[in-house]
Amino acid sequence: MTASVCSSGAKALPGFPDPEIGTPDIGVMPRLSAGEIAALSKAREGRWRPGLSDQPWHSEIFASSSDAGGAGLASALARDALRIAGQAADPLAEDEDRRQVLWVQDKGAVQRSGRPYRHGLPPEWRDRLIHVEAASPEDALFALEEGLRCRDLACVIGEITGNPRALDFTASRRLSLAAEKHGVALWLVRLDAEAELSSARMRWRVSSAPSAPARWNAAAPGAPAWKAELFRARSHAPGEWILNNDNGHLRARRAAAPRAANTQDIGDLVRPTVGRSLAAFARM
Amino acid sequence: MDALPTALITETAHGPRIDAVNDAGIAAGAQAGMMLADARALYPGIQTVPADTAGDLHHLEKLALWCQRWGPWTALDPPDGVLVDITAAAHLFGGEVELLADVGQAFAARGLRIRCAIAPTAGAAWALAHFGPDGAILGPSEDSAHRLANLPVAALRLDQDVLTILRRLGLKRLGDLAAIATGPVDHAEAAARDALHRRFRNRKSPSANPLVRLDQLLGKVQEPLLPMAAHHAPLVQRRLMEPIRHRSLLDQVLADLAGDMARELEARGQGARRLELGLWRVDGETIVRGLELAAATREAGHITRLFASRLDDIEAGFGIETVRLRASWTEPLALSQGDVEEASERQGTSLSACIDRLTVRLGPKAVRRPVPRSSHLPERAQTWQPPLEPEPTSQAVLEFHERPLKLLDKPELISVLYASPDGLPQRFRWRGKVCEVARVEGPERIAPEWWREKSTVRLRDYYRIENTEGQRYWIYRHGIAGDGRGGMPQWYLQGLYS
Repeated sequence: MTASVCSSGAKALPGFPDPEIGTPDIGVMPRLSAGEIAALSKAREGRWRPGLSDQPWHSEIFASSSDAGGAGLASALARDALRIAGQAADPLAEDEDRRQVLWVQDKGAVQRSGRPYRHGLPPEWRDRLIHVEAASPEDALFALEEGLRCRDLACVIGEITGNPRALDFTASRRLSLAAEKHGVALWLVRLDAEAELSSARMRWRVSSAPSAPARWNAAAPGAPAWKAELFRARSHAPGEWILNNDNGHLRARRAAAPRAANTQDIGDLVRPTVGRSLAAFARM
Repeated sequence: MDALPTALITETAHGPRIDAVNDAGIAAGAQAGMMLADARALYPGIQTVPADTAGDLHHLEKLALWCQRWGPWTALDPPDGVLVDITAAAHLFGGEVELLADVGQAFAARGLRIRCAIAPTAGAAWALAHFGPDGAILGPSEDSAHRLANLPVAALRLDQDVLTILRRLGLKRLGDLAAIATGPVDHAEAAARDALHRRFRNRKSPSANPLVRLDQLLGKVQEPLLPMAAHHAPLVQRRLMEPIRHRSLLDQVLADLAGDMARELEARGQGARRLELGLWRVDGETIVRGLELAAATREAGHITRLFASRLDDIEAGFGIETVRLRASWTEPLALSQGDVEEASERQGTSLSACIDRLTVRLGPKAVRRPVPRSSHLPERAQTWQPPLEPEPTSQAVLEFHERPLKLLDKPELISVLYASPDGLPQRFRWRGKVCEVARVEGPERIAPEWWREKSTVRLRDYYRIENTEGQRYWIYRHGIAGDGRGGMPQWYLQGLYS
């Protein structure tokens, strides 16, 4: 059994035991069926992909303030998470999620990257957005925490510029605890910030990527795409993807090969396999 | 003082004008509406007191409430009248004559001189009270037009300019007007009636149209009146035996008051939307702190917490002796299960409580919701309103207009390299960084709103662009070369796409 787990998952995830399953104790459970082993290895493999059911409650997204890529990815991830949660919820619930979305910005974020614009928001969020403009990072953190404590919110999106003193590990831990306790997801966009100590469950670094060609006009910008690097996550292996938003669904493909591979990015057709086995790619 | 000629005066642009005079003043020759200088010329020793119109109105409001002893509802008739609906109430006083006698006695006991009248319509009663004999009673079976025919046209409650017109037309009595407006039809009368109708055709306001007023007086047209209703704001207060000077004691008093207020509101089935906390200091200072809530509430813990953050800058001085909490705006709120505050720790707060907390700490301007506004200009197409207010109706936006996720507060000037002045942008510099344009779509031309803006405002050509790194922006050229509204057009960056 041990051999089987290692052969499939050791390369992908040696140091990230899944918290739900825990490290398998060989002495206690000597007999496992093949199906269980398959499930176990799959869980331990832990590659992130859009549409996973165990969505984090607190994520940080590091982005530049010179484009709206951070906010765009945050909203795309949040919508993906809400869609998954909506599918998992009981079938008697209402079809449409009418809960409000809280969007908190501090002053620097408003000045440098602008305010959310209703007509450019995702269509299902246009009449559900509550915007908070906080004068200082302390006020922004207060607003985020109050939002996380509110049971009537679908999710909270925050934008904080730089590395303010108020946003230290304690503050970030408070946010994580509030989010987990009340079950409201927080997507915190950090504009022009250094990745300091934080208790966020998933931490992304994002920049804009060239978009897919538009459908009718090849010269026009198409659906947004982001180059997203997951550099720290509790239950997933780090990785880098090109994410794009395809009609409200988040789609991922592997980012271009490592720098060593001097190949052109040719999209989904052929995956460069430099330094990895094809089997490793097949699992992604 | 009453024996001396005395006038109440108001300052106007042309000097002080007399609002009211007492009997001695009238005897001395002064009249309401006269300039004070003219009155002084007639009687140099006239005393003056500034008029207090707001106080008069306040007194009239109290009087109107007091007048509800004769009828179920009353309406104000500023500046000096009260209308009472005594429908089916006169028999309680023994009849209409006895009722009027009772009114006269009650007012005399208060030291007020009045003229009163009873009539089937408010207009007729007003006319009789102002211009008829004192204590006149017009029964429902009597012919009002006939009874009131001798009153002057001023009895119709008309504006001064309309009275001037009627006087010039030679219509001095109600009877003259009624004969033309409703009288027997012969050739000359019909022509006069048509002329009168034409003359006042465009006057919609009743006080500017004598025909409407006449119909109201005769009861042919309804005249809605706004009744006075007494409104008692829930109020709780604590008088403190020992003036308090410390914050912890004040918090305790506030918590007690909030509990009292919650019980008071619960008894009425209401929730507070606005609360005012008044603090009376020993040295005579009064401090007032107001609070507006996003939704009606009567949770003591919630109220206490919201006020607690507003009390930090209070100077207690020598101590606070009275604390009063008043709910000046309440809304009906159904009774619900209690103990919500403890539940909020367990299962989260409600949206309105969350909005309240945010608004109290960050200010009402900081917590808002974007709502659409009918405009093509991007920055005008969105406006902000408090988060829990209903959204205004609006037209749907066009699906093929792709708008940016974020809009800068102020479009930022960029320098653009282009092939031709009205062609596509190729490269631009923004915030010190040069961007190479890889893809572009446009222009989308948005014309200025000529009905609102000056004629020199330039149009905008919007382009959606993507640079070689994949960053997507919304830029526009302000004007076109040679449009005669300025020099070479400038470029601005307004929006950031996701």
